[in-house]
Amino acid sequence: MAWVLICFPIIMAALAAAIPSNRWRPWLLPVTALVHTALTFWVLSRPDLAVSSAWLVLDPPGKIILLVVSTLFLFCSFYCVGYLNYRQERSNRIFVACLLTFLGIMSLVTWAHHLGLMWVAIEATTLSTAPLIYFNHSKRSIEATWKYLLVGSVGIALALLGTFFLAYASLPAGLTPTLTLGELLHNAPLLSKPWLRASFVLLLVGYGTKMGLAPMHTWKPDAYGEAPGVVGAIFAGGVTSCAFLAFLRIYHICAAAGEGPYISRLLLFMGLLSMAVAGLFMVGQRDFKRMLAYSSVEHMGILMVGLGLGGPALFGTMLHLVTNGVTKGVLFLSAGNIHRAYASKNTEQVSGAMRRLPLSGALFLAGFLAITGSPPFGPFISEFAILNGAFDNGRFWVAGLFLLFLLVVFMGMGKTVLKVVQGRAPLEVHDTPYHDGWLTAAPPVAFMVLVLLLGLYIPAPLRALLNDAVQFLGSRP
Amino acid sequence: MEMLNALLVIVLVLNLFALGTSRILSVIHIVATQGALLGVIPLLLHEHLSLPVILAAAAAILLKGIVIPSIMIRSLRAAQIKREVEPLIGLLPSVILGALATAFVLLFSKQLPLAAHPVNTLIVPASISTVLVGFILLTTRFKALSQVLGYLVLENGIFIFGMLLVQAIPLVVEMGMFLDLFVGVFVISIITNHINQAFSSMDTRMLVSLKEE
Repeated sequence: MAWVLICFPIIMAALAAAIPSNRWRPWLLPVTALVHTALTFWVLSRPDLAVSSAWLVLDPPGKIILLVVSTLFLFCSFYCVGYLNYRQERSNRIFVACLLTFLGIMSLVTWAHHLGLMWVAIEATTLSTAPLIYFNHSKRSIEATWKYLLVGSVGIALALLGTFFLAYASLPAGLTPTLTLGELLHNAPLLSKPWLRASFVLLLVGYGTKMGLAPMHTWKPDAYGEAPGVVGAIFAGGVTSCAFLAFLRIYHICAAAGEGPYISRLLLFMGLLSMAVAGLFMVGQRDFKRMLAYSSVEHMGILMVGLGLGGPALFGTMLHLVTNGVTKGVLFLSAGNIHRAYASKNTEQVSGAMRRLPLSGALFLAGFLAITGSPPFGPFISEFAILNGAFDNGRFWVAGLFLLFLLVVFMGMGKTVLKVVQGRAPLEVHDTPYHDGWLTAAPPVAFMVLVLLLGLYIPAPLRALLNDAVQFLGSRP
Repeated sequence: MEMLNALLVIVLVLNLFALGTSRILSVIHIVATQGALLGVIPLLLHEHLSLPVILAAAAAILLKGIVIPSIMIRSLRAAQIKREVEPLIGLLPSVILGALATAFVLLFSKQLPLAAHPVNTLIVPASISTVLVGFILLTTRFKALSQVLGYLVLENGIFIFGMLLVQAIPLVVEMGMFLDLFVGVFVISIITNHINQAFSSMDTRMLVSLKEE
């Protein structure tokens, strides 16, 4: 089953590269995504399908990421058809093929139970997504792609060194070096502590670069700012989630090895630093797509804080992974529409989006309220659960700083968002041909419905999945 | 084992040559030689040569010694540049910095809790100092191609460490790593060509339009 989920999108990518018609090629995206999502739900409902081989196992955290990314990709794929219709002047052959390849590789990340294989897959997500940033072929997009590739490759190379250190940690104890997750978890208490800690730091830096944790986040605003909005959604909800899953593996091993207190301090520091840096750069931010990039940095920080708190905050962390992913879908897709209509992403030119694009403007505003943790939306529940975990642990300082940074972000982001949606639209923007159509407006609406639903009620199967993941992260096979 | 240590010493010397050379073509040749040497080492490390070991070694020599250097040389020709402009720190200071880093790692490695088995080899210190030299190249050079070469040296350093862990890295995974490296260099070289066309230069100091205002 794993092979179908991994190989089917890649075969479709090859097909996309072979189809000559620029107009029909994008339709392969929703077709593939529908099949992929259907298969995902089927696998999730059948526990006997979750083990494909010793290296390909779908465990509870993997299931959550697979579910999030598959759903995210499904909605985005319809949006892509609409978006690429507006961009018929440019060949979308590479764009479509790379997106489909990414879907297949992302499935490999969620299934991989061999950390070497996982590294190969994460590196492949970097390579398959780089051409997406370059879609506009402008000087600015070249610069963004170059920074993404160079910073990302170096980060991922450090993660490889960390992975090797982890394998080496078995040697001083006289064990055969291995990188299969099951064996590493089983032998965790025997692993050499210095090598394990060094490996943790390198993997934190390496996969943290991919997630965009401060201070390794420098590529993120450039990449999200220059890439099409839908690519931003796939990055902020998909690529970062995959990197987070990879990081979750080493977190799990360190926790099983009894290194909890050591890693907790590092995680809390990195998490709060990311939130603080994101907050600082959001205040006075005039480019609303770069603002969304900093919002992504902030939410990766929140995930790290949740992991660092551990125990009672873990449920909230896993839930936040889901709510952040879908809310980023609303924000990036509606921001993409606004960018299209105004042909600018600077608040000096963009105002009155609520009148110019009533639907996208409203979605952008609602998405902002949701992502900053306002009730009754999904992220409120998950952020509140993490905050609760901090109080339960007696970490009042962490809870205080967490609230303070959320407030800074709310104010900083709010100023930019209100500038975009309120007021009167400049006259010249009424001349741009863009209007919200079915294909570009329905996907963000669908995301928004999900965000609202998750805030009001978490379906029982999802709740069970989240509880399984929390239990799995505390266990040692 | 003496043979292995001798090869690793050559790898370390090549690091310093890479730091001290301004002609980019020469640096490509140095990095290619280093990569090919690294491909040979696994053959010396194992008493019994199995098919996977030979395959992995052949792939490494082919990729690091021939394929990647020729991609780089093509980009270099297309860009019509010869030398690195003045690096952030001069050539001689960067050689001295690299030598100091190597010496420090060699001394420091005595303190590391190394495993008993392949302990009397230079593998771990050679790996870490090559990674450091890669970092120096990456951060002090301005031409896009020179930065890619720094990345390749960094990757070579990590590859050296991987030699200790043959049991942990199956052939499939190792081939996956090579494939990633190949595709990575391929994609990066396309982007460097586009940088060259769009900016009429490969100087990464031109890439400064994206920043906070």
